[in-house]
Amino acid sequence: MKHTLKNVFHSPRFLVGFIIFMFILLTVLIYPYFVHRDPLQGLGKGFLEPGTYVSVYDTNNTGTYRVELPEAAANRLEATLPVKDRQTMLNYLKAMGADVSGLDTSNEHFEELISAWKANYSEADAKKNKYEGFATQAQRNALKRLDNSLNADTSVAMSIVRGEGDSATTTKVAENDYVKVDEVANAVTLPLGTDNFGRDTLTELVKATGISLLVGLLAGSIATLLGLLVGLLAGYVGGIVDDVLMFIANIFTVIPGFVLLILIYSALGAESRSIATCAIIIGITSWVWTARSVRSQVISLRNRDHVNLSKLSGHSLFRIVTTDILPYIASYVVMAFILQVSSGILAEAQLSMLGLGPNPNELPTLGLMMNWAKLFGAYTSSNAWWAYFPVILVIALISFSLNLMNTGLDQVFNPTLRD
Amino acid sequence: MKTEEIGAAVVEDTRESVSFGTRDKDFSKEPLCLSGRGVTRVFHTGKVTTVAVDHVDFDFHKGELISIVGESGSGKTTLSKMLLGLLEPTEGEIMFQGQPRDISTGAKKREYWKGIQAIFQDPFSSYNVFHKIDSVLLDCINMRGGKNLPKEKKYEMMTEACSFVNLKFAELTNKYPFELSGGQMQRLMIARIFLLKPNILLADEPTSMIDACSRATILDMLLKLRDETGMTVIFITHDIGLAYYISDSVYIMEHGKFVESGKPDKVMLEPEAPYTKRLISDVPKIHEPWDLSTVDLLQNA
Amino acid sequence: MAKKMLEVHELTTKYITRQGEDVYSVDHVSLDIEEGKSLGIAGESGCGKSTLALSLMGYYFAPLHYTSGEIIIDGKNISGLDPDLVRKTVLGTEIAYIPQAAMNAMNPTRKVGKFIEDVIRAHELPMDKKQIREMAEQRFAKLGLPVDALDKHSVELSGGMRQRVVIAISTILSPKVLIADEPSSALDVTSQKMVIKMMKDMLANGLVKSMIFITHELPLLYNVTDDIMVMYAGQIVERGSAHEMVFDPIHPYSRGLMRSILVPEEGTRDVKLTAIPGTPPNLKHPPAGCRFADRCRYATPSCKVISPPLLDIGGGRSYRCSFSQEELREVYEHED
Repeated sequence: MKHTLKNVFHSPRFLVGFIIFMFILLTVLIYPYFVHRDPLQGLGKGFLEPGTYVSVYDTNNTGTYRVELPEAAANRLEATLPVKDRQTMLNYLKAMGADVSGLDTSNEHFEELISAWKANYSEADAKKNKYEGFATQAQRNALKRLDNSLNADTSVAMSIVRGEGDSATTTKVAENDYVKVDEVANAVTLPLGTDNFGRDTLTELVKATGISLLVGLLAGSIATLLGLLVGLLAGYVGGIVDDVLMFIANIFTVIPGFVLLILIYSALGAESRSIATCAIIIGITSWVWTARSVRSQVISLRNRDHVNLSKLSGHSLFRIVTTDILPYIASYVVMAFILQVSSGILAEAQLSMLGLGPNPNELPTLGLMMNWAKLFGAYTSSNAWWAYFPVILVIALISFSLNLMNTGLDQVFNPTLRD
Repeated sequence: MKTEEIGAAVVEDTRESVSFGTRDKDFSKEPLCLSGRGVTRVFHTGKVTTVAVDHVDFDFHKGELISIVGESGSGKTTLSKMLLGLLEPTEGEIMFQGQPRDISTGAKKREYWKGIQAIFQDPFSSYNVFHKIDSVLLDCINMRGGKNLPKEKKYEMMTEACSFVNLKFAELTNKYPFELSGGQMQRLMIARIFLLKPNILLADEPTSMIDACSRATILDMLLKLRDETGMTVIFITHDIGLAYYISDSVYIMEHGKFVESGKPDKVMLEPEAPYTKRLISDVPKIHEPWDLSTVDLLQNA
Repeated sequence: MAKKMLEVHELTTKYITRQGEDVYSVDHVSLDIEEGKSLGIAGESGCGKSTLALSLMGYYFAPLHYTSGEIIIDGKNISGLDPDLVRKTVLGTEIAYIPQAAMNAMNPTRKVGKFIEDVIRAHELPMDKKQIREMAEQRFAKLGLPVDALDKHSVELSGGMRQRVVIAISTILSPKVLIADEPSSALDVTSQKMVIKMMKDMLANGLVKSMIFITHELPLLYNVTDDIMVMYAGQIVERGSAHEMVFDPIHPYSRGLMRSILVPEEGTRDVKLTAIPGTPPNLKHPPAGCRFADRCRYATPSCKVISPPLLDIGGGRSYRCSFSQEELREVYEHED
């Protein structure tokens, strides 16, 4: 066993694949400790090119600092808080049992809604009570983002309050007034710019990679376990069990898997599609080929003399399967698992790209990012390469590294491929 | 270098040649160990029905060495699996020690396998490569009810079994099967039988993967084990010369049927069945001429 | 004296393992075959008999490599030739090789006759389809094969027939040397007999000028070839006529081999079947002295140091042992 492991790491293909994969995985794991930003929090507006940004309110290059009027700020507030968000706020207030009489999503009652929200919302409270419709962490995160965006806007309103007295006050700033870049309060570096919602693409990408890997891992595990179980049973027990299981497998083979996925997915509806359902559905539509190949391997093993001898030694069926058959196909199953993970990630990306992915309001995935880039014209009108190219690259790298690992393992385990 | 010197070494060496404890003994008076009446096995693959073993009758006596001789496709492997209880006959009855054999449940099967064991053709595929050699032998001790014996006693038993087949257990312990040569592996299989002491041993071509000049060792060990334990040995082979040399009784198999059976001298030297006659005449010999003139080359065979 | 069809002088070839070690599987082998004669090569598995067969073709591919020595076929030296040239001018016309699984080498989607066309095309012979067909029909008729087999697919033929057809195809250009490596081991005894009969006929009719037959089945070898050569650990240990080798072997190893013969005929049950203990040496690190010394019951300490040469004792007989043949014969007599 130790020897095999050593051999595995002596295979250059496996090693390269392993290093790429580990790099991606470690980035996903470590990045959140350095950047605390919420991946779905909007920073700016629309696509921003990669670079370092400073909030417009903190800068002036005209020599004149203009303080905005309260009415203008209110108008902007109205414009920035869409009706959909107002409805969410209302829903939340209703769910927590606050008095919502006289409140609606219209502009007339805008101020009341905001103040009602400010009076009632607290992050800790939402977390503790898990109100109906806001039970998941992702949904609560959405609320928090909403709250943050209100705070950001009202803080501008506050500054107007500070400049109170006259309807407009102007202060002169000299041309040779400098401030150190580090001291600028709201500077952000966006190595990969922002997407159409103004979210930091890098943070979003790292999170999305993590989620996609999780989907792949889950889908791969489900497919491999299911395939292994069916293959072992069909292959070792044989007879009627084999016939029935292979009949089911054949049905799954003739139904195009991807079409099935699309049908199940559109039937579920966007709201109920979570990451887990996505993984489970990909898993149960892709176990067939693992089951088939495990079965054929088991059939050839079943007639080997060591299995016959094990039977003659009075070992139970369970023991024969676990000690005389499983170890022989273990390397093969590991390889199948790696491929299943890879194809799970690709399947998720394909589905999301078509707009059938997990609920887009909760968590980003690689496929969702591609979908957004497509929807908001990142590769047509905006020419925002940073919003999709890194995503493509990451998908390709994950798939490439997993496949490299697989061929590397194949070289080690399959004597006919040794040179 | 003198010839006397060379000669001295010869005397010591008696171990490597085959010696028969019982040769030309009449086994028909011994009790029946395994017998069958009308044993048949039919396979269905799709719409094709193959009769692998077709109504065979046999009587194997205690202590007898029986050879079942057949070419590939004659059904001898299927028959051996039925004898071992790995396959159920579709028709017919097998009697084990005078009683109808009952292997309908797992427990009954385990009981039956205490009485019948096997050595297979390919030593390389007879071992689970993930298990150490010790576990193969320990399994046998456990099967014979020695599960709770002290460690030292088990070690002693394994050492004894290995020394019976000229192997040193101390050198083998904690090794994996693939670290052994083919001949050593096959000898270890005999050590396994030594520990199990079954009533019947089914040896399926145990020497066909072993070089001719080493097979005498394996055969001698099998014969010695037979003499010591009085077990019946069923020898499955395609090697007609070997079957003739070693057996007390021979069954010739063709297309799932026994075409001829009896004492080897009678079957091999004065064959009666047309198939046996052809088989014996087609095997190349060294004292008798091998007649090629009768061969019909146009035959698609 | 008859013309020599094949002469091999001190041929050495090696395998290079994945670890980069050299394994000399054919070590200074010299042999010759006269026109119309056949030579059998015997030995246990791993002794180098199959490697010798591959090496004799002069067509090497990794991991097998040519090291030194000469292969002369009918006066023409083919050793050291360019592989492409060997394939065009030597294989098929000078030497034909038939491995054990030859019968499975035919593409099942093509008819037998097509393979013969392929052979002619590969050698760029100026023949049209009709001429090839005529030649093939004549050859099949001469070999006693059904002519209609030319229009069949390989799967329609039985194993024995398929093997004979492959032999007929590979010898269609009447090569000077036919090398057959276990050509009948996978067949039942009746088909085996047919294959042997056809090969012996070919030799007698001059369709092939000489034959090398490799097998581990000694009774078969005894009945097929004129001479038998025994190999052990990459070297020739003894050579002689088939009858001498079976009934009067000199080398202790040949003797051990011959005493393992079991055939269904009178007297077999009285044979004292004896094993040669031990295993052949690892050719990665061959022993300094006699390669058989470790397993030889007559070996003296000097045997493990001195490597004996192949001693030619006349009459086509040679053996490799430090003892004289008289000494060995005396011991054998004493032993019986």
